[in-house]
Amino acid sequence: MTDNVQSVGLPDERPPANTVGPIAWLRSNLFNSWYNAILTILVLALLVSAIPPFVGWLLVNAHGFDSNSTVCRQDAGGACWGFIGEKLRFIMFGMFPWDEQWRPLLTIGIFIALLVASCDRRFWKPWFGLVWAAGLTLVAILMWGGVFGLTYVENTLWGGLPLTIILSVIGLAVAFPVSILLALGRRSDMPAVKVLCVTYIELIRGVPLISLLFMASVMLPLFLPNGVSVDKLLRAQIAFIMFAAAYMAEAIRGGLQAIPKGQYEAADGLGLSYWQKMRKIILPQALAIAIPPLVNTFISFFKDTSLVIIIGLYDLLGTAKAALSDPSWRGFYREAYLFIGVIYWIFCFSMSKYSQKLERDLNRGHRR
Amino acid sequence: MATETRTTQGAPPPGGVSISLSDPTFRAIVYQILVVGAVVLVGWFLVSNTLDNLARRSIATGYDFLGREAAFGIGESLIDYSPKDTYGRAFLVGVLNTLKVSVIGILLATIIGTLIGVARLSSNWLIAKLASTYVEIIRNIPPLLQLFFWYALVSDGLPPVRQALNPIPGVFLSQRGLRVPVPAPDPVWANMGIALLVGILAAWGVSRWARARQDRTGQLFPAGWTGLGLIIGLPILTWLAGGAPLAMDVPKLTGFNFTGGAAISPEFFAILTGLTLYTAAFIAEVVRSGITAVNWGQTEAARALGLPGGPTLRLVILPQALRVIVPPLTSQYLNLMKNSSLALAIGYPDLVSIANTTLNQTGQAIEGVTMIMGTYLVISLSISIFMNWYNKRIALVER
Repeated sequence: MTDNVQSVGLPDERPPANTVGPIAWLRSNLFNSWYNAILTILVLALLVSAIPPFVGWLLVNAHGFDSNSTVCRQDAGGACWGFIGEKLRFIMFGMFPWDEQWRPLLTIGIFIALLVASCDRRFWKPWFGLVWAAGLTLVAILMWGGVFGLTYVENTLWGGLPLTIILSVIGLAVAFPVSILLALGRRSDMPAVKVLCVTYIELIRGVPLISLLFMASVMLPLFLPNGVSVDKLLRAQIAFIMFAAAYMAEAIRGGLQAIPKGQYEAADGLGLSYWQKMRKIILPQALAIAIPPLVNTFISFFKDTSLVIIIGLYDLLGTAKAALSDPSWRGFYREAYLFIGVIYWIFCFSMSKYSQKLERDLNRGHRR
Repeated sequence: MATETRTTQGAPPPGGVSISLSDPTFRAIVYQILVVGAVVLVGWFLVSNTLDNLARRSIATGYDFLGREAAFGIGESLIDYSPKDTYGRAFLVGVLNTLKVSVIGILLATIIGTLIGVARLSSNWLIAKLASTYVEIIRNIPPLLQLFFWYALVSDGLPPVRQALNPIPGVFLSQRGLRVPVPAPDPVWANMGIALLVGILAAWGVSRWARARQDRTGQLFPAGWTGLGLIIGLPILTWLAGGAPLAMDVPKLTGFNFTGGAAISPEFFAILTGLTLYTAAFIAEVVRSGITAVNWGQTEAARALGLPGGPTLRLVILPQALRVIVPPLTSQYLNLMKNSSLALAIGYPDLVSIANTTLNQTGQAIEGVTMIMGTYLVISLSISIFMNWYNKRIALVER
């Protein structure tokens, strides 16, 4: 019997060419059945007919950043990046004074640095809140000015990307504590508190954001005592906070519901008061679970800031639209929308990738 | 010592609530009175300010304006409307336009979204990549930007009416939108609609009878094919019985615009395309996660029981996938309906746009915003109630 067992292994045979390598990959991924083969060929035909003209328009036949609209109109075969070249600073910073535009640029830099740093879980410590506070103070100084020799800039002149980021980040930061209270209220045993929170959340979630922006822009002046007025930006910001609080409350409620009952009972058993129980036991766990849905809320919130164009603020979309209304640049909407679309996309896509990564990382901790 | 006092103080005396802040029941009552009091106080502050401001600016209150003449035109309407009609009727036009774009959008987005969601799971690498590229691009760009793009594509990118594109005979594409031929008016079309309805009811009846018979006797009846035959066959028979009319109402260029045929305005095209494509990307993700949520073992078990491919999908996979799909799908439908309010930005006369014109003309901002919010709440709640009912129907029946 032992004679049949070879003690020295033969060198490994190369697998047959149709199970590994590029040909096998093609066979198993593109041509694994007759209908997949047909689909593959159809899709390839579609791509071949669509991609070269698009690349031609985008790059090959395009006019550079220094071209002007007359040249572009004569030869309309490609994109006219001269539009972006001329309007870049207006689209990015709105009507912020020309010579001071390094200030909004720096603001964008500060926000991006803060957001990127916040993605690192090593920074999820209480002291990082102070970093954020310092960053926001710096942003306020840069945008408004009026101190340290910076000229004062009214917030009606703010626009472009800084406005988009300010509306979403400040909205989120203020709405976050409110949403925690709303989520706790919705899970509360006290009927009156529960009814109030449920009514608020469902009311806000049942209506479109536009109606809230309308409310803020046309009804808020009526709500306030005579003589007190709130500027447009703050009104929009209030609408965003109300809106974000309701949606984030639902994300946090999801986290609260995922905490097993034993955690509540154990905290009660230790004799902790309600707020001690929430602060030390429940919320740290619930918020960790709620972070991915919160990031998703933030993404949709970031996209929704574009609605402020309807009440007359110039965020990134607003400035692009205003740039298009320049008579000499009419009709170059493809370039404008592609450009800002890419900016929005970079922000949203990186946030959604981050949220997916976070979800994987956090799940790993939960699994045994 | 500390625990001892806590337990003795914390326990309510038998038979009632003690008037002490250390009694949880009493404390809860105090908190609630405080919270409700604060809300009422803030509410009263706002209402009194508002009344004061309204009186100061002499703005009328109440909904009397709904009966007054609107005096503004509306681009497209499902019911008869002229500027001489009342604000109330104008608002109704707006509500119907919102419902029109929402219903068509929901149907199209569900179909496209399902196809893309299935395509993302395809074993064909190219198709799966293409579908996921679509989802990743569309989901991460603001819907308003997409609407602006589609609207500009039609109103700027297409030729003026006189040089309208004519891709298929009778179909015209221009800055004024799409014109397509429709069948000329004939009583047979209405009868066909009735026949279709009868066919659907009959198909439903047959499927119930077939199921009852199968439960009783175990005999199978091809209810699906019979139903399909009824739904398609009855209208065709009606059409043939009505003399099979083929006359079409073809759009013709007369003067500066087209007459005849059916028109799709650029605004409607932009809002419908934008909303459909945007929501389809989200629905694709919902469908994909629903399908992946069903364990592969379920398919294997069904095969082991001898079920062929079709019934496996219909009886085993789909019922389980739908349980995962329906709740997030509901919120996507609600989102589409709420996002239809973006129509305001491109000039499609939906309810927000018409309420906005109304409140600008009458100055009655509070009534206008209340009407917008009230209508959306009613529509949202109706969709939620229907989808909750459906969800309960397909939910897992547990012991």
